[in-house]
Amino acid sequence: MVNWTAEEKQIISAIWAKINIEEVGAAALTRLLVVYPWTQRYFSNFGNLSSPTAIEGNPRVKTHGKKVLTSFGEAVKNLDNVKATFDKLSQLHSDKLHVDPQNFKLLGDNLIIVLAATLGKDFTSEAQAAWQKLVGVVAAALSRNYH
Amino acid sequence: MSLTKSDKTIIASIWSKIATQADCIGTEALERLFTSYPQTKTYFPHFDLHHGSAQLHAHGAKVVSAIGDAVKNIDNIKSALAKLSELHAYILRVDPVNFKLLSHCLLVTVAAHFPADFTAEAQAAWDKFLTIVSSVLTEKYR
Repeated sequence: MVNWTAEEKQIISAIWAKINIEEVGAAALTRLLVVYPWTQRYFSNFGNLSSPTAIEGNPRVKTHGKKVLTSFGEAVKNLDNVKATFDKLSQLHSDKLHVDPQNFKLLGDNLIIVLAATLGKDFTSEAQAAWQKLVGVVAAALSRNYH
Repeated sequence: MSLTKSDKTIIASIWSKIATQADCIGTEALERLFTSYPQTKTYFPHFDLHHGSAQLHAHGAKVVSAIGDAVKNIDNIKSALAKLSELHAYILRVDPVNFKLLSHCLLVTVAAHFPADFTAEAQAAWDKFLTIVSSVLTEKYR
C-alpha cells in the first residue's frame, strides 16, 4: 500500500478539481506523440499524425486524451487502492494493447509538464512532488499484471 | 539524434525568454529536483538547500548559465561544455540518471513560467537539446 501524507492527498485533490480533464488529457497525449514520435506506433488507426499541428488538431487524439485522463481520475479517487483500481486496465495494456510500460512514465511526466503549463506558479515544488509520486504509483499499477 | 534547423530556432527563442529570468529559473529547477527527487540532495551535503538559500540561488544561476553557453554554441556543444564534461566525469561523478531528472524539472519550470511559448514543438526541441547536453556531460565517464 502506498503511504500518502494528508498534505499529499490534499494537494492531489485540489489540483484535480482545478483542471479541465478534456483539455489537459488531450494536451498530455498530444505532447507524448509530438515529443516522443515513436509512441505513434500505438495509434496507427488515428488518422493524420503527420505533424505537430495535425496531432494537436486530431479529434481522436482529443477523445483518447480525455479517456486516458478520466481513467487516471480513478486513481485520484482511490489513492489508497490504486493497484486494485487498475487491475483490469493493467491486463488490457499487457495482453491486448501491448504497450511498453516505459510509456506510462513518459505520459506521466508529460502530464506533469501540462499541469505546470496550466497552473503556472500554483504548480509548486510540493505539488509537483505529490504528482510525481502519483504518476509513479499509476505507472507501477498499470505495469503490475504484465507477464 | 541531432538538432534540425527548426529545433535550433525554437531553442534560441525559448532561451531568450529564459534569459530574462535566468537565475530564478535555475534556482526553481533545482528546488523542484530536490523536492520531487530527494535522493539528488546527496550531492549537496555542503549546501543549505532551503527555499531562499543563497547557495541554492548561486548554483541555480550557474546551471542555467552553462545551458546558455550550450545554446550560444549550439553547433559545438561538446567544445563549449568540455571543461564541465571533465568536471562531471572526474570530480563530481553525478550518476547519469540524474541528468534526466534535472532536465525534466527544468522543462516543468519553463512550462510554468512560459506556458504560451512552451508548445509541444518547443518541448520536443528542448527535450532533444537537454538530452544532448546531458550526453556531453557524461561522455567522459568511462
